[in-house]
Amino acid sequence: MPYTRPEFRLLPTASGYTEAFWTGGRDGHLLVYRCESCEQFFHPPGPICWRCRSRDVAPAPVSGRGRVATFTVNAQPWLPSLPPPYVVVLVELEEQPDVRIMSQLVDIDPAEVAIGMEVEVFFEHWSDEQRGDIWLPLFRPAGGVA
Amino acid sequence: MSRGPFDGRATISGIGQSAVGRRLMRDGLDLTIEAIERAVADAGLSFDDIDGVASYPGPGVPAPGFTGADVSQVQTALGIRSRWYMGSIETAAQVGPVIEACMAVALGLAQHVVVFRSVWEGTAQAGGGRASALVPGGELPPHLQYSAPFGALSAANWLGLPATRYMHDHGLTKEQLGQVALNGRRNAALNPAAIYRDPMTMEDYLSARVISTPFGLYDCDVPCDGATAIVVSRAGSAGLRRTPLVVESVGTGMYERPTWDQRADVTSMAAYDAAASMWERTSLTAADVDVAQLYDGFTFLTVSWLDALGLVEHGRAGDLLDGGDRIARDGDLPLNTSGGQLSAGRLHGFGHLHEACVQLWGEGGERQVARQPEIAVVGAGGGPVAGCLLLSNREA
Ligand SMILES: [Zn+2]
Repeated sequence: MPYTRPEFRLLPTASGYTEAFWTGGRDGHLLVYRCESCEQFFHPPGPICWRCRSRDVAPAPVSGRGRVATFTVNAQPWLPSLPPPYVVVLVELEEQPDVRIMSQLVDIDPAEVAIGMEVEVFFEHWSDEQRGDIWLPLFRPAGGVA
Repeated sequence: MSRGPFDGRATISGIGQSAVGRRLMRDGLDLTIEAIERAVADAGLSFDDIDGVASYPGPGVPAPGFTGADVSQVQTALGIRSRWYMGSIETAAQVGPVIEACMAVALGLAQHVVVFRSVWEGTAQAGGGRASALVPGGELPPHLQYSAPFGALSAANWLGLPATRYMHDHGLTKEQLGQVALNGRRNAALNPAAIYRDPMTMEDYLSARVISTPFGLYDCDVPCDGATAIVVSRAGSAGLRRTPLVVESVGTGMYERPTWDQRADVTSMAAYDAAASMWERTSLTAADVDVAQLYDGFTFLTVSWLDALGLVEHGRAGDLLDGGDRIARDGDLPLNTSGGQLSAGRLHGFGHLHEACVQLWGEGGERQVARQPEIAVVGAGGGPVAGCLLLSNREA
């Protein structure tokens, strides 16, 4: 069943270190913090590389492609705007599999989701008086509807 | 070699539990005091002997009913002359304050510390359901920033992720996972204080409605009301009612970043670090453990603790759980003998601690394990925080 956006989502706060991750979708980019010193990505974003403690860190675009590290099919109605079932996914980045993004995997029958499946990012734009503009990175099977 | 991190100087002398129920319509402080009074009496002490107070999580957690009472409320209510006290959530999960109390008595900062954990989530969340506790309103709290936007609002979602991968990588089956719940229910039938005591079959377990795969209803604990307290005493204390238990080692490690989803091994969690640090501090090994009380807020947390503590070969938790016989009260490794949180109530780790003491003292009555245990392990928490304790009834 093709994905339709819900009427409401709980939105994050995009400010400081987190701004790039939540707004990169404006230009179609998934932006993940990267250390210039050890050349590794890390997530969640922050002021310093946890591996080498270099301060030479900045958000950098990644391909938005990755694989399903793991997933869970949520069947509990937590919010009226998000009727179950839906797939919560942990995506390992193509560039660096030990960096994972939690998201929702859509455009797929939950029964068809498998660990290792190739997925790609797309963005869902939300505008909120308090939080401004947010582009949520969601994922779907690579190459279109499975 | 010294006897663990406290060299045998930290002991547990008394335990107490308040009434426990799904919705008692009593407030948290009331329940807390009941548990503390029972623990102090159980130790053979009076309030004049108590000179320390410690608790998890301390003040400030907004979730309804999550904090039955904080330390200052208890000090105010009971007029305890504390030489030392603490309350915090930034510690080795729910048993962190127990470990701090052990340090306090071992260093001589206090002689008898009462440590408590109390919840009244059942009453406080009545009517609103559990979801009412998820988002207090306004800005998302830090731990929800990267999950709530995607509908991952519950620990059932966050833990479903490592559970799915563990099952995929190591062949753990849903039926094996279910043995954690079935075992707990069998034990709860013999625990008069347990909340859920009706028999549960594998068919009941498998046919329960799905919450978030691989978890169904019976993989998840249920909010309740209840308080548990213990007395941590300096070894050699006079006037105790019975021989205290020795805290042989404690697990406090946090070797990787405290996240749900960024550990090197996506099937693991903080329990692995807590467990590793516990074994580094003692000459005892996993093979010495006679009885295990392992956190079961979700069935998979117990699986994770079994694996983390080395009670099974890495990845082989399913072998131990299979069929349920080996974790039964007369099995190789009796597990969650009070019923655990899944059946005895979500007492947030302290139910497990209480039961470890009951078993080591041989006071389990009908549910006492077949072979009198000498060494018990308690694992509390999971996900990004964890702490564990190794207790014995060997002479201090
Ligand atoms: Zn670096």
